[in-house]
Amino acid sequence: MIDRFELSLPWLLLSVALAIRVAVVAPARAQTASPRIEVRIGYIARQIPPPPLYDLTATPQDEGVAGARLAIMDNNTSGSFLGQRFDLDEAILPPDQSEVAAARKLADGGDGLILADLPADQLLAVADALKGRDVVLFSVSAQDNFLRGKECRANIFHVAPSRAMLTDALAQFLAVKRWTRIFLIVGQTRADASYAASFRASAKKFGLTIVAEKPWTFGPLAQARGDAVTQGAALVFTRAADSDMIVVADEEDNFGDYVPYHTADPKLVGGTQGLIAASWHRTQFAFGAEQLQDRFLRLAKRRMRPVDYQAWTAVRAIGEAVVHARSADPRALAAFMVDPQFSIAVFKGVAASFRPWDHQLRQPLLLAQPAFLVALAPLPGFLHQRTILDTLGVDKPETQCRWP
Amino acid sequence: MIFPDRSGFFHPGFFLALVLFAAPAPALAFRIFVTNEKGNSVSVIDTDKQQVVETVPVGRRPRGVSISPDGKLLYVCASDDNAINVLDVATMKIVRSLESGPDPERFALNQAGDLLYIANEDNAEVTVVDLAKNLILAQIPVGVEPEGMGLSPNGELLVATSETTNMAHFIDTRSYKLIDSVLVGKRPRIAVFNRSGAQVWVSSELGGDVSVIDASSHKIIRKITFDIPGLTREEIQPVGVVLTSDGKKAFVALGYANRVAVVDQQTFAVEKYLLVGVRVWHLAFTPDEKLLYTTNGNSNDVTVIDVARERVIKSISVGLEPNDLVSSLH
Repeated sequence: MIDRFELSLPWLLLSVALAIRVAVVAPARAQTASPRIEVRIGYIARQIPPPPLYDLTATPQDEGVAGARLAIMDNNTSGSFLGQRFDLDEAILPPDQSEVAAARKLADGGDGLILADLPADQLLAVADALKGRDVVLFSVSAQDNFLRGKECRANIFHVAPSRAMLTDALAQFLAVKRWTRIFLIVGQTRADASYAASFRASAKKFGLTIVAEKPWTFGPLAQARGDAVTQGAALVFTRAADSDMIVVADEEDNFGDYVPYHTADPKLVGGTQGLIAASWHRTQFAFGAEQLQDRFLRLAKRRMRPVDYQAWTAVRAIGEAVVHARSADPRALAAFMVDPQFSIAVFKGVAASFRPWDHQLRQPLLLAQPAFLVALAPLPGFLHQRTILDTLGVDKPETQCRWP
Repeated sequence: MIFPDRSGFFHPGFFLALVLFAAPAPALAFRIFVTNEKGNSVSVIDTDKQQVVETVPVGRRPRGVSISPDGKLLYVCASDDNAINVLDVATMKIVRSLESGPDPERFALNQAGDLLYIANEDNAEVTVVDLAKNLILAQIPVGVEPEGMGLSPNGELLVATSETTNMAHFIDTRSYKLIDSVLVGKRPRIAVFNRSGAQVWVSSELGGDVSVIDASSHKIIRKITFDIPGLTREEIQPVGVVLTSDGKKAFVALGYANRVAVVDQQTFAVEKYLLVGVRVWHLAFTPDEKLLYTTNGNSNDVTVIDVARERVIKSISVGLEPNDLVSSLH
């Protein structure tokens, strides 16, 4: 209690000056002796290697799990009024440890709800290993469209936005701006190819034209500083057909940040760098988001990133379902999460909910440049018979997901 | 907003006069104090001139605002300063700053004007402050992100809403004990009692509804929903609620729907929508309840509504991101 006042020195001094006394110590928060509902949530992720010092945007080693920890605290504050308690079991795996074994261990220990911060192949391995068991997985980082399509699994809920949602958000923005002629630059990785494929589909959906497309062959210039010769080649490289905007497909940050200002013509850049679409951004303060940003900053001592936010959202979705379903049974919760009554406040203006046809969380997405929010998708003007949120990503008539 | 007894101002004749002459000609000029969340200031509107007559600097991120029962002091939550600024209404100077607990967002002032109940948004608590002694009497744990603070007319019951826990918390103001927590729609923003104290109305921004809760049984007796042609359900985001003291009308600010709903307090029927500025949040009557003012956060203005005729009469530009507002008493 007293600690809180000591945190802020100016206020302590003012407090002394005004002769303030704190008279009554607050009653303990936990008012119920033993919780009526206990919910154990597992968190499984790969260890993130420590970054080299020169990496300005290195992935923090507690990315993701820090968001889950915050949501556990939020859930427990709410749960204290309802006799509900939430606990997090973290399994952060070194490279040689099997994700399937770790997931089984969590499930055997009573974690019926498991957050998976894993790439697609490992996520599917875990989902298939736990098939038939009373366990629901929440994927918090994998963006692959096929996980919501041909390779969908009934025991996975997707809290991370799909690539289709991200590229649709960008395409909507470009369509509204009438910047419809796009020069697409595609990196060498499989993820880059997936992003490019997703962007091509979004371009078609929202009436953009890809006037030129080139692979990036100059290596990771955004990471290693480019020499003059390479810079010259890259400069010539961008003399493509006349376009309104360059879209880069570079999920590993190899070259996207190199492209702006190294082009032959003055061109705006978007896609995986420049103007990006994301579930969360450090500049998002609207819709009460300041509270979430502040709570996270205090807990993690750094800014909230998309994967942190997605993990936070997953645990909050579980909390919200437990409050209304009054149950910790994973099957009951999963059933309730696809009920039209279920929704969750996510600090982006409208409530988010899960699509029954592929278990994707439908949510607004942010369009942001590095230090400023540019727009919120869905953009005004796009309409949908169900909810405008379904203008982002794969809609029910197009889905290739068939539950077994 | 908590108003002291305004029966002195309320008279059926006012409404009759308005109907007959169909023009707002307030007998008394009031001042409306508007907090500008991003402007770090308070805009002062003269209700006779219907224009800003003064803009005064206050602490950082001013949000909730209230006025003392004698009308002499203005209380402003300076959220980022973790304090409440007290302004002398006569001079509009900050005369003192009060201990508030961290990140005060909104508060309720009791009828006697000696106790302040503050929602501390960042740490899930309600802080009770003795104003004369500048002494924190109690800190009561509530749900995540407490915001709305409604005090019953007799001052015995406090209702705090928690935006992320989605509850209306009923607190006994004599014992500082939490009596009950009622689940309401998503992101509850405001709690306000009706004149008799029998009901408390709670707006839910993302739930898109207003829960009318029986103040003694704590049961939700009605959920008022809104339907505006041409707008999606997601755009209808109720925040501010004010109730006329004659028990007839309620006004509900609908956020991104850019409208204020007129609701029958008795039947709960939504009668009308008034188009106002962008992202309308909070509402305040003049003490005679002839005029209603709205803060429109994204168009940086205040809309003036003629209460009797239920018509918008003017928009007034104020500072950056107007959040809350209150009228002077004289």
